[in-house]
Amino acid sequence: MTHYLFIVIGAVLVNNVVLVKILGLCPFMGVSRKLETAFGMGAATTFVLTVATGASYVIDHYLLMPFGLEYLRTLSFIVTIAAIVQLTEMVIQKTSPVLHQVLGIYLPLITTNCAVLGVPLLNVANKHDFIDSLLFGAGSAVGFSLVLVLFAGMRERIEGADVPLHFKGTAIAMITAGLMSLAFMGFAGLDKYQ
Amino acid sequence: MLQRLFKFKGGVKPQTNKTQSVGLPIAVAPLPTRLIVPLHQSIGGTPDPLVAPGERVLKGQKIGGADGWISSAVHAPTSGTVLAVEERVAPHPSGLPTLSVIIEPDGRDEWITRTPVDYKALAPETVREMLRDAGVVGLGGAVFPSHAKLSASKTVPMEELVINGAECEPYITCDDLLMRERAEDVVRGVGLFRDLLRPKRVLIGIEDNKPEAVAAMKRAVQALGEDFAVIAVPTRYPAGGAKQLIRVLTGKEVPAAKRSTELGVQCFNVATAYTAWRAVAHGEPVISRIVTLTGNVAQPRNWEVLIGTPLAEFVALGQPKADTDGYLMGGPMMGFEMPSPDAPLVKATNCIIAGSPTLFPPKAPEMPCIRCGECAKACPHELQPFELYWFARAKNFGKTQEYSIFDCIECGCCSYVCPSRIPLVQYFRFAKSEIWAREREKNAADTAKARFEFRNLRDEREKAEKAERLAKAAAAKAAEKKAEPAPAAPAADAGIGAPAAADGGAPAAAPLDAEAVKKATIAAAIERARQQREAVQPKNTDRLTPAQQKEIAEIEARRAPLQAEQPERSAPPATDAAQEQQNQ
Amino acid sequence: MLTAILIMALGAVVLGAALGYASIKFKVEGDPLVDKIDAILPQTQCGQCGYPGCKPYAEAISKGEADINLCPPGGMEGVQRLADLLGREAKPLDAEEKPKQVAVIDEQTCIGCTLCIQACPVDAIVGAAKQMHTIVESLCTGCELCVPPCPVECIRMEAIAENIDNWKWKYPVIEIKPLRQAA
Repeated sequence: MTHYLFIVIGAVLVNNVVLVKILGLCPFMGVSRKLETAFGMGAATTFVLTVATGASYVIDHYLLMPFGLEYLRTLSFIVTIAAIVQLTEMVIQKTSPVLHQVLGIYLPLITTNCAVLGVPLLNVANKHDFIDSLLFGAGSAVGFSLVLVLFAGMRERIEGADVPLHFKGTAIAMITAGLMSLAFMGFAGLDKYQ
Repeated sequence: MLQRLFKFKGGVKPQTNKTQSVGLPIAVAPLPTRLIVPLHQSIGGTPDPLVAPGERVLKGQKIGGADGWISSAVHAPTSGTVLAVEERVAPHPSGLPTLSVIIEPDGRDEWITRTPVDYKALAPETVREMLRDAGVVGLGGAVFPSHAKLSASKTVPMEELVINGAECEPYITCDDLLMRERAEDVVRGVGLFRDLLRPKRVLIGIEDNKPEAVAAMKRAVQALGEDFAVIAVPTRYPAGGAKQLIRVLTGKEVPAAKRSTELGVQCFNVATAYTAWRAVAHGEPVISRIVTLTGNVAQPRNWEVLIGTPLAEFVALGQPKADTDGYLMGGPMMGFEMPSPDAPLVKATNCIIAGSPTLFPPKAPEMPCIRCGECAKACPHELQPFELYWFARAKNFGKTQEYSIFDCIECGCCSYVCPSRIPLVQYFRFAKSEIWAREREKNAADTAKARFEFRNLRDEREKAEKAERLAKAAAAKAAEKKAEPAPAAPAADAGIGAPAAADGGAPAAAPLDAEAVKKATIAAAIERARQQREAVQPKNTDRLTPAQQKEIAEIEARRAPLQAEQPERSAPPATDAAQEQQNQ
Repeated sequence: MLTAILIMALGAVVLGAALGYASIKFKVEGDPLVDKIDAILPQTQCGQCGYPGCKPYAEAISKGEADINLCPPGGMEGVQRLADLLGREAKPLDAEEKPKQVAVIDEQTCIGCTLCIQACPVDAIVGAAKQMHTIVESLCTGCELCVPPCPVECIRMEAIAENIDNWKWKYPVIEIKPLRQAA
């Protein structure tokens, strides 16, 4: 049980996919202007990432490995992720137009989120089993959503601050992200009790 | 009588500065040389002017008729001659002009025939209309038409009628003096409101720094045998805010975006009750009000002033001191600087404070917000002014609305306590007016869109109908041709007849010469208009600077191709017609 | 090698079939984004963007055919709001920003040709053939479409003046005053 707990906490905080592993920075900077879109993006990414880790585990272990096709891993993962994202978009658009409107164009952008590809690849590298993979995927996704929402809240506030002209917009956001990343380094201390 | 009192959150205790102006009784101000009566003096529609320049008006004669239900009439404050109905600077922070009636008093002060009525014998509806036509509005400062507040809600039973004599703003004493000197008429006015609304209880709230007024009101209530409760409430700004006074007296908290009527409470100012009584029982419309003149003047006191008295003539009565550098209308917390000495006093003017650099020292510069939270503690509406400020400053108006900016009553408590001296209320006013402007734009865009879509729909329908008509005409013609195979029908005739149908819906077989005549008339009209324009133009074309001449040459050059296009414009229909003919 | 091709082909077929089925099963009519964009546009229907009205422009933006900075009546603020909605970078307006205007007909010169009535997209001009025309000011969007058709050039555009009803509180600025002379 503790093993699973460590995987989840490690993925959410200690090895945060955005701030420590520096994956998925495009949506982190792009979709964090407003809190609502950050929430929506977080939710959609969480769903896609969890499904994608599961699906990629299945593909890797039951399709690629038996035939010794590990070198096609990246290619087949990308195709799978793209298909899952497309499918998710279509389902959401049909079942919940409101959520679809909130997510808008960010939904297809999940395809290009390198965290979604990176996490299944890390799963393979860390030799996670199926449950491990799912937990690691879900934990990473929660970590991604967490920092995205935190960051969006900060950016909304910074919007109203007296930022020097040349630092306005993306520049100050980058600096803020850097400071957040430093702060998350602090979670590395949790390691001691492992 | 014991009455449990409640507390409202927040509030401040500024120096009241009321003693200066209560020493002398109310005096009637002398007739001014001119009266400037703005037509728009209440919330709601602007009254239409009912008088023309040169007309003689009597005191109390209606000069502006109420425009709709939420609107209130305006009357001539004295007898005299209407000099003009024109735009004059208004007592408004913008200093912009508003349509006003300018009256030169004739000094005779001749009343219209006043007809006192017994309101108890009348239907409530009639009394309300009477109040509207007498121009009775809320004199506490909001100037909301009173008759519109006097209809009891159909769903919620009327519990309490709150009469507001708190007068919490520093310096202002007009309600205090009114209650001291004319308490009986105030109480009778309250009785009138009570009879219209039929509440279970009537509560008159007066701040406890006005013991004389409380005593006078109690005496009057007793003398008239009413059962109104006169209650002294703790002195704390803004106890005179409607929602705050309701909270203190009844313990009911009016929720955001709701009206007190939804809780069965209605609130009126004492001066409103007084004017309502004068209007009903004496037939006197609202043509004067009591105004406190205080601050940097030699003789601060309360005056009964005619509505429309120019500021300069009014302040002369108090002999302003030499270093006076401006006049505030309203109190120091919520008032604004009068834009010009020519601006008139209106129904909303409860106080004029002469300012001087020593009395109101210039504000120290604004410092950054340190998020100390003092403003949130002081806010009587439990808002978070520091958050509102942050978003208003960043022009993030959506967020300001999320933080309930429209619950802000602009009382100024937050600005008063701010250690960084941030003019918070100014930011909130800015945000509010921007949001309103946006709403107006949005509404205009929605109307334009609806009209545009309707127009497209109509165009399409007309096109379809026209096509149908043409098809019918063509069928008829074909039948005719069959019946009469001789080549009698000239092609040219039909060729011009068809576009005539397309243009004006004239019968398809319109004769050739009628069309020619039409074209000739249009050409003649264009020619006439051109000549007219040319006849007008030379007025300003002599003695031009070279720059202007160059500009004109450029404009002419630009116009030349457009004018060349003009004759061509009539050509395309002809070719169209030819094609149509071929198609047929 | 052959297995690799087969496996990848199999994957492509399975995923393609799933997506194809989903696109039929979950088909949605209309584009909600167009309405959202349309709601931001000022609805003057002026055509200054190069499209015959606000809706066509909204459709063009939604399809990615048109840029977001083509609407002069919307101003820089409209561009900013479109940028926020679409997650695009705001660009400077592709034209001069003008104050809000209304059209005014010089009633002395008007010959009653009805050409401007036909041009007005919101039916804000009243008149009949050979009768003087006038503009309903409250409905006029200031699109200027009635100006070119007038054969006698009697229509001009006037900026809407500030009055008490549309006056706005100004943004509080710190006044910079010269220091007072030491007394």
